[in-house]
Amino acid sequence: MSDSSVTLSEERIAYLEDLVEKARTAAAVFSQFTQEEVDAIVKPMVLAGLEQAQCLARLAVEETKIGVMEDKAIKNMVATEFVYNYVRDKRTVGIIREDPEHQLVEVAEPIGVIFSLLPITNPTSTVLFKCIMAIKTRNAVIFSPHPSAAKCCFEAVRIMNETAVKYGAPEGVFTCLQGHTLEDNKYLMRNKDIRLVDATGGPGAVKAAYSSGKPALGVGPGNTPVYLEKSADIDMAVVDIITSKTFDNGTICASEQTVVIDDEIYQKTLDKFAALGAHICNEQETDILARTVIDPTTGYMQPMAVGQKATNIAKFVGIHVKPKTKLLITPITGVGRDHPLSAEKLFPVLSVYRAKSVDEALKVCIDVNHNGGLGHTAVVFSNNESVIQKFADVINAGRIIVNSPGSIGALGGVYNDMVPTFSFGCGTGGGNSTTDNVNVFHYLNIKRVARRTQAHMWFRVPNQIYFNMNATENLRNFPSRSTLIITNAPLEAIGHVDIVKRCIPPETPVRVTIIPDAEPDIKIIRQGVEALNFYRADQIIALGGGSVIDAAKIMKLMYEFPEANLEELAAPFLDIRKRVVQYPTEKTNHARLVAISTTSGTGSEVTPFAVMTDKERGFKVTLADHSLAPDVAIVDPQFVMSMPRGLTVDTGVDCLTHALEAGVSIFASPYTDSNAMMAILLALKYLPIAYENPRDEEARSMMHNAACIAAIAFSNASVGVNHALAHAFGARFNVPHGRANALMLPHVIAYNASVPTKFMPSPNQRAYTAHKKYAMMADLLGLGGHTVEEKVQNLITAIERLLDHLQVPKSIAELGVSKEDFEKALPDLAKIAFDDPSWRSNPRMPLLSEIVELFWAAYYGRGVKPAEAATSNSETKPEAKKEKKMVAV
Amino acid sequence: MTATMTWQIVHGTQLTKDLGSLREQLASAEGEMFLDFSAVHRLDPAGLRAIEDLAKTAEEKSVKVVICRVNVAVYKVLKLARLTSRYSFVN
Repeated sequence: MSDSSVTLSEERIAYLEDLVEKARTAAAVFSQFTQEEVDAIVKPMVLAGLEQAQCLARLAVEETKIGVMEDKAIKNMVATEFVYNYVRDKRTVGIIREDPEHQLVEVAEPIGVIFSLLPITNPTSTVLFKCIMAIKTRNAVIFSPHPSAAKCCFEAVRIMNETAVKYGAPEGVFTCLQGHTLEDNKYLMRNKDIRLVDATGGPGAVKAAYSSGKPALGVGPGNTPVYLEKSADIDMAVVDIITSKTFDNGTICASEQTVVIDDEIYQKTLDKFAALGAHICNEQETDILARTVIDPTTGYMQPMAVGQKATNIAKFVGIHVKPKTKLLITPITGVGRDHPLSAEKLFPVLSVYRAKSVDEALKVCIDVNHNGGLGHTAVVFSNNESVIQKFADVINAGRIIVNSPGSIGALGGVYNDMVPTFSFGCGTGGGNSTTDNVNVFHYLNIKRVARRTQAHMWFRVPNQIYFNMNATENLRNFPSRSTLIITNAPLEAIGHVDIVKRCIPPETPVRVTIIPDAEPDIKIIRQGVEALNFYRADQIIALGGGSVIDAAKIMKLMYEFPEANLEELAAPFLDIRKRVVQYPTEKTNHARLVAISTTSGTGSEVTPFAVMTDKERGFKVTLADHSLAPDVAIVDPQFVMSMPRGLTVDTGVDCLTHALEAGVSIFASPYTDSNAMMAILLALKYLPIAYENPRDEEARSMMHNAACIAAIAFSNASVGVNHALAHAFGARFNVPHGRANALMLPHVIAYNASVPTKFMPSPNQRAYTAHKKYAMMADLLGLGGHTVEEKVQNLITAIERLLDHLQVPKSIAELGVSKEDFEKALPDLAKIAFDDPSWRSNPRMPLLSEIVELFWAAYYGRGVKPAEAATSNSETKPEAKKEKKMVAV
Repeated sequence: MTATMTWQIVHGTQLTKDLGSLREQLASAEGEMFLDFSAVHRLDPAGLRAIEDLAKTAEEKSVKVVICRVNVAVYKVLKLARLTSRYSFVN
């Protein structure tokens, strides 16, 4: 027994279990059927239903004493013909939808055995509808009719079952409970082989379905508000409402319940209703109806009134009406328990409310909607689009029917192109799981087959890059009406600005703005933008290192897009293609940005990044967007010939780190690899020469090129955890960026080359390749080695030798940072490094604990064996020192 | 005595018939019985019921029935009908 709270006899349980077993067998067998086999069964079922539509309608009316035979026959035809028209071409077996663009395929999986509760109001049409859906989706159904509609439902199920089996469906596909009770329903709802409970009926049935613990489609009562607005076609509205509300004597739960009418057309509308056979109740008659057709205890309609003719209801309650009266109209002045006729009435009694304004009308409609009709259906008659839109905004209904009858409109396929149904999903407002018109796709498990896709990648570089000695002379090719040079004082003092000026066509007005030689502050940016505006510049020449060029990038951004919000543009992102904040595109001003780099490290002349601070407000902004990249980059080594030795080392190591990190990034591509590898080759060869002999033109030129080429690589592939560590450490201990990078570099290579604790999710990578990429770099450099492991070690050794040669401190300790100070700073350092976006393109996802270990490794320095470091630092976890080496396969 | 058998079963009525006679043989069988399902491409309700009945008899007689070379679609039907736990399967 499935539920110990259910008390059923053993015989009854055996009967129910037999039904379930038959259905389970049928469903299992049915799962083998093809689409063609299924469709070959559906069509004859539809034809059988159409043929029996009138007969079943008569049976339903005779048995239930509810509704109109002619209308029920139409319902049966809609449930077959219209539903078939919708499902005939739908794929419901195997692949049902393909989206090749996104590499997605949807595959149908039947549900299995469905337990279906049937309503008294639409018994046979609901059976026909559900049987067609079930066959189309290869499911078996056990039906439980309303006790007062058991015979007609049984007959409808019999017709459907016989036809289905005749045309190939497995026996037992449809069964119908006989002589059943609520206990039977309870038992079946909890049976392990029932996969879905589909309840169409009153609130009790729906609640029971949702309380069963089984997936359920519970579709229950409504309370349809109608707004008849003054711009509407009143003649059409009145006919539609009468058609709908009297259809099957108002038994469709989507039928109109309260019509809210604008004051201006109220009387005219009532007159038209009266002229077409409605009886407008006076106050006394309305009061009688309110006390009789609505249960004063529950506030719900009296079952005896459901589906009865207007004349019968009038006669029963003692109201005198004309013999052919179709509808009883009851004016009401409010909504809720004090106004009983504002509730749902599944019989031809329609309430009307006179509204003095659109706002009042909408509020009353909201009240009706919330008085038992949430999520179901609402109707608006209006030719004013803004009224229709507002109605749709404020009313919570799965179906908002415009200028057409509510009940027939909601069924779909007749007055509109909604999916034909006999089950109206009411969403969470109605305690349901869907707002849809329930259809075949609710009878399916839809499996999504998602194939691996590769993100579209790009390789962007500035339009023009001029390089080699005296490349600045190319400025002559750029016409300008007004040029502003952004630079700093030392560069002006040593004559670099004059060199640039001499290369600008003589007719071009040129102004110079001097900014501090430091990370740009917002104040400086604003001053620069003022100057650009004042001179109406159409060309900006940024002459300097990373700070100057970054400042110029942001000035240009603010000049071209004065409304740009820098803080917002700096919002973090994981994937640039999906970033939340988009950079502006509608320019107020236009200016060409020419970047002339005077250091060989950051590569800011080609990168899409810019950093600035707001000292007053105490924050730092990192901007990243390809629109920030300069239009023209000039890589002229004449400006770096006099670079001091320290700056040569710091910027040179920064360049090398860019290339190494871009080379193993998860965004690396053949396009970025070619640049990264060449930059590594150039840096390893020429950095020592430029360091030893600063006036060596070839070495300076090649290092300048290397910085630019490495920047092209990391602009497109990004950097990695080395930069995250260096950013945090450099900022905290005021160590130049390049030197901070150098302290981390050998340890990060060893870390990335070992087996990751956590892999970085990356659809573009088909395997972990960082160690192989490092080995490739070692090969390129001719470092020797037979295995990947040896090659990686040789690369690390080569880099350590280079750093030694450049006299870069071996360790953080060598910088003079005490162990105590470092230990104290470490928690914050680790947090800041972990928040740094740089590592998100690192091949290996760093854990916080691993970041701490890397910091410790840098503290003790290169050349120190892990075991020695471990004994020096008791806090380092021993197991972390046993990095597993990657082995090439 | 251990009865080791290989049985060629065909689709449709043949399946039901074959399984019916197998049930009779089970009365005198011991140990394991191997059924070759490679020729079974589809099951109907009667066939499925026959497989269920066979499982019942085998359980009563304590004979282990091993289904061999069942195709994937048929295996899924047996799974949906909750019959896979009542048989052993070998590929």
